[in-house]
Amino acid sequence: MFTPETLQKFDREIAKYPAEHQCSAVMACLALAQEEIGWLPPEAIEAVAHYLAMPPIAAYEVATFYSMYDLKPVGKYKLTVCTNLPCALSGGVHAATYLKEKLGIGFNETTPDGKFTLVEGECMGSCGYAPVMLVNNRRMCGHMTPTAIDALLEECQS
Amino acid sequence: MSIMGAINPVLTAGLDGDKSWRLQDYMARGGYAMLKKVLAEQIPAETIVAAIKASVLRGRGGAGFPTGLKWSFMPHSLSGDKYIVCNTDEGEPGTFKDRDLIHYNPHAVIEGMAIGAYAIGANRGYNYIHGEIWELYKRFEEALDEARNAGFIGQSILGSDFSFELFAHHGYGAYICGEETALLESIEGKKGQPRFKPPFPASFGLYGRPTTVNNTETLASIPFIMQMGGEAFLNLGKPNNGGTKLFSVSGHVNRPGNYELPMGTPFATLMEMCGGMRGGRKLKAVIPGGSSSPVVPAETIMKCTLDYDSISKAGSMLGSGAVIVMDETVCMVKALEQLSRFYHEESCGQCTPCREGTGWLYDIVHRIEAGEGRAGDLEILLRISENIAGRTVCALGDAAAMPVESFVRHFRDEFMYHIEHKTCLVPKEAQWAGSDFYCAEA
Amino acid sequence: MLEIEINGKKAEVPEGSTIIEAAQLAGVYIPHFCYHRKLSIAASCRMCLVEVEKAAKPLPACATPATNGMRVFTHSALAVKAQKSVMEFLLINHPLDCPICDQGGECQLQDLAVGYGDTKSGFAEKKHVTEGKSAGPLVSMREMSRCIHCTRCVRFGQEIAGVMELGMAYRSTHSEITTFLGRAIESELSGNLVDVCPVGALTSRPFRYLARSWELVGHRSVSPHDSIGANITVQTKAGRVMRVLPRENDEVNECWLTDKDRFSYTALHTEERLTKPMLKQGGKWHEVSWNDALDYVAHGLKDIAANAGSDALAALAAPWATVEELYLLRKLMRGLGTDNVDYRLRRQDFSLDGKYVGASWLGMKIADVRHLDSILIVGSFLRKDHPLLTQRLRHAVQKHHAEINLISVTDDDPKLDLYTRQNVSPAGLPLALAAVVKEVAQIRGVALPELAFVPESEIAKWIAASLLRVKHKAILFGHVAEQVGTAGFLHQLGLKLAELTGATFGFLGEAANSVGGQLLGLGKETNTRQMFANPHQAYLLFGFEPELDCANPAEALTALKGAKMTALFTPFKHAPALEYADALLPLAAFTETSGTYVNIEGRVQSFAGALSPVGEARPGWKILRVLANTLNVPGFAFTGSEEVLHEAWQEAGVSVDAEGFASGLNNNLAVTPALTLPPPEEMPEGALERIADVPIYFTDPTVRRAAPLQETSSAALPDARVCAATLARLGISAGNTVIVRQGAGTARLAVAVDESVPEGCLRVAAGHPLTSALGGMFDPVFVERV
Repeated sequence: MFTPETLQKFDREIAKYPAEHQCSAVMACLALAQEEIGWLPPEAIEAVAHYLAMPPIAAYEVATFYSMYDLKPVGKYKLTVCTNLPCALSGGVHAATYLKEKLGIGFNETTPDGKFTLVEGECMGSCGYAPVMLVNNRRMCGHMTPTAIDALLEECQS
Repeated sequence: MSIMGAINPVLTAGLDGDKSWRLQDYMARGGYAMLKKVLAEQIPAETIVAAIKASVLRGRGGAGFPTGLKWSFMPHSLSGDKYIVCNTDEGEPGTFKDRDLIHYNPHAVIEGMAIGAYAIGANRGYNYIHGEIWELYKRFEEALDEARNAGFIGQSILGSDFSFELFAHHGYGAYICGEETALLESIEGKKGQPRFKPPFPASFGLYGRPTTVNNTETLASIPFIMQMGGEAFLNLGKPNNGGTKLFSVSGHVNRPGNYELPMGTPFATLMEMCGGMRGGRKLKAVIPGGSSSPVVPAETIMKCTLDYDSISKAGSMLGSGAVIVMDETVCMVKALEQLSRFYHEESCGQCTPCREGTGWLYDIVHRIEAGEGRAGDLEILLRISENIAGRTVCALGDAAAMPVESFVRHFRDEFMYHIEHKTCLVPKEAQWAGSDFYCAEA
Repeated sequence: MLEIEINGKKAEVPEGSTIIEAAQLAGVYIPHFCYHRKLSIAASCRMCLVEVEKAAKPLPACATPATNGMRVFTHSALAVKAQKSVMEFLLINHPLDCPICDQGGECQLQDLAVGYGDTKSGFAEKKHVTEGKSAGPLVSMREMSRCIHCTRCVRFGQEIAGVMELGMAYRSTHSEITTFLGRAIESELSGNLVDVCPVGALTSRPFRYLARSWELVGHRSVSPHDSIGANITVQTKAGRVMRVLPRENDEVNECWLTDKDRFSYTALHTEERLTKPMLKQGGKWHEVSWNDALDYVAHGLKDIAANAGSDALAALAAPWATVEELYLLRKLMRGLGTDNVDYRLRRQDFSLDGKYVGASWLGMKIADVRHLDSILIVGSFLRKDHPLLTQRLRHAVQKHHAEINLISVTDDDPKLDLYTRQNVSPAGLPLALAAVVKEVAQIRGVALPELAFVPESEIAKWIAASLLRVKHKAILFGHVAEQVGTAGFLHQLGLKLAELTGATFGFLGEAANSVGGQLLGLGKETNTRQMFANPHQAYLLFGFEPELDCANPAEALTALKGAKMTALFTPFKHAPALEYADALLPLAAFTETSGTYVNIEGRVQSFAGALSPVGEARPGWKILRVLANTLNVPGFAFTGSEEVLHEAWQEAGVSVDAEGFASGLNNNLAVTPALTLPPPEEMPEGALERIADVPIYFTDPTVRRAAPLQETSSAALPDARVCAATLARLGISAGNTVIVRQGAGTARLAVAVDESVPEGCLRVAAGHPLTSALGGMFDPVFVERV
């Protein structure tokens, strides 16, 4: 169910671990699967499990345990906003409120055009850059003032 | 960059160039000289461990366990696979130092891991990098490529008979993986659920083999200790608190960011370096060592120095050196609610007191904050905290309990006000006002 | 040994004990949930926290090693406070629905809550609710809010069943035990999850809401479904079996049961039971009295014996008939002047008859299987045929990396880490085993000219090295090795290999009483094949269904259809028998009779009936007694099955030792093993070699009628499985329906590609009505397009 490029990336991850411990690559492979599909449908979890010769339920445990796997479809841009204390002290909660108002959605909701999903995140280990948010699990944006948020949304819209 | 200041810097010295993370730049700063020396002179492992012991380098991840001692637990003569694992799963609210080390000085971590591997007899290593900092994971992988191409890691390093393979493992969103055995489980491709100890990783670690897990900052310090000698490193700090350390300052200061300071630096000095309180507001309280360390009121913290012993005396912990500064606009109930939600969401769910207790704590604090507090709630909170602490598989239970106990102890009046008046001392619209979110542009 | 003090009591405990084990030895109970002595340690429920001198915090007794001089307090203020707080935490999100919970009355949480819980809790928040799940016909996961997340079920799957069907998904209070996407739980050991679960989260689906545990009366019994004779407790209420549970016996089944053992009772109180004797008169079936039925059978036997000689009579019994039944059946036949009795229904090769020194058995104690370091298993559908023995092998692999080598005819996953595996056609088994014998002989410097032509193989080298390297080793034969046409030769090869390697040689065992039958000496004079291949005029068929339980159904049916009289002793109305039988005699089910089985390690296990037979069904030994009386055969004045057993052993010269093991177990032969390979059977042009497994839920009449078992995927309709290369040669595509033909017998089956079927072979299951017209299980078979 995956493209040859993704499978190649799977193999690159598997190669990091001793041959008898290829299950170690399950986190990376699930992340790659999610990157390709946009979220992590059960079939993808099973396909990854199959690729790594592990029980599907074991891969499912992993997929449900770590918070960055999306077990339901998300918008083109998933914005994860940290509202934890250090971020909140520097505007994390405000940034989330600002985004909610701008996008017209709450946490765990997706805009009707399928563009944005808003998620409340836990500590991203970047409190010095607060408020911080993460775009599609990959791109960390710091110092997200109203102006910076506007610019980010603008960029995503275009 | 967010390394905002330093006194006698070691780890962050010379990082002002715009390519400080590149191999070339690191080598120009004297990087990999120690690895070369260790291999060329075949310095005995015991000598290295002795130097680390002499430096009194204590684990920078939060627990403060002496690194040299930890290394000495590894069964050096045991044949078969052994591992060294770097813990860059930095996700404790307030802590953001390791990300900057990976950002600006990844080769120091790699060199530290290589020397560490040599000292403990490991042949393979992993750096576990926090899920949310994918860009830094990529940067570390680039650094690994550079190091591999230059022959600093891989087979027969620099022509010696020492081989060491090193890889990066990317987390995907679980605070608990910062706990070393949860981290190992995670590398094994499982849920990050901490293991019961003993056995400790030195005897039963990754894939059941002897393993040492060290924090990023700890490992990055190794080349420098080798360079200057253990004693000299110790003397940068104060007795029993060797060296310099990174302090991550967040919250209501003018210049949040990382600061490298000698251990024992007065807290007041750090506040000065941070440009003082944002908007000139009054300091209310500080969480000095990451969100799981007990909160310390302003008047107490201002008398402390930044080292394990002084902060401990003040009833808290230096932890990872994550200093969360709160001004007078902060509602302590709201602040605790944020933290309690965090521990509840991040509990791995494995053991009863933590799985059930953290949720219960959050429910109550949330209720109090929402104006639905009841008489007796605080007693229940304290009782739950007491029943979690010390009864769980790992320290997350303690971490969830400690803020509750300290917040209620130091700010009981605020909690009582919430319960009795069903509302906050701080008006809703003024909550988090200290963030200056809406006036940051100005 | 270590000396440790628990609550002031001193105790000597073995090195390596944990506190909880030490406490058990000292007779001190420590409350626990996640700890289970057969599973790995999780230390996560925290119920077993105890105070240990010099430890600042209470420690989990299940995971803390006992050390010399350690002082433990399980009831100190510190310990009790910890235990009580854990109990409070466990209960805050528990629904407390004991009054409607199946676990009520036998719930560890309920019991410990009484001892360690407070009468009220400070919890005044909303309870967390976990959605119920569907998990197939055997285990109910409808009330998962009751789960206390001890993960025993997850560990059971990983460690005992060898299949991880359950996991704990999500984290924090959102943690939930689940299958992947609501798939069914149905490993052959899945029912044990119900026992392993300390609360009412995983419950027995067939038992759901039928009774409260305190209403049930338990009866000790023995499972009739496989060769180990699992010890069971049959629980009854108001004349019905409500549930079957394991009766713990570490030497036999430990605390486990297979799903067959546990759920087969669901067949016992159904419309399918035969409750009255029936006779076919004038082509029509009538219910009749026992007197009439037995008169009819007796007359039939007498007449035929008088007219055609007693050799025209044949009696065949199921290998799960009891010792008493087998003995009386033979005694009856002898009384009528013939030795025509056998119980080896699925065998094809009887060439060793008369050469056995004793009864074929495992060669060792079941419990010792876990100590083996190297094992060669020949011809076995391991996991499905021997779930609990396979579990012991799994233990050996997990605990001390035992090397398991499997030479068999399909690639079915045994859920075991195998050291080597070789997949050959049934006809290829002798050559594959001979290669190992040859390799070992070469290493040991023994000349075996008979095997000179046997090609060397890489895998044989591995197996040989594995067997020669270690001390504890065995060569074990499975069903296929006993049921193929070359079984006798394989037996001789096995003996030779055992002699050369010093390994134990044994059999995994076909059925619950295969050993008992052989100890009695049944089949010495004649055998199943002779009785069916040469049609007889009268057949007594005891406890089995010939077209489903025999090696060659077509041959059996031909014989039966030509017979003058066929009487079937059966617990069930067996529709096909209405065609070929003349009398159906209602036989008591295994729960309704007393009797004795000898399991594969030679353990003699007697049991009493748990309840009265359904309707007019009667215990087999009583029916045979009355039939003998009707026939005026002397020596049938038994008043109890114990008397029958006593006489049977005496007559067979079998003694039973103090530990309950029978004498006369011996796998040796009275002849020097002949190692000259028999010439390969000529394969007719265009034929394929049939591989017939008997799927786990087709193995006997009771199991075949257990509805919940029949709903599992293991009971799927048989199909024709074949590898792609062979399929291409046949010019057939997967999914097609084909006619599979053996002689005059045919079956219409769907074709499935299965790369694990060796080239030139066709895998078609036996034991199912769809394939009951076919011939020999390992005989040539033809495939025709529809």
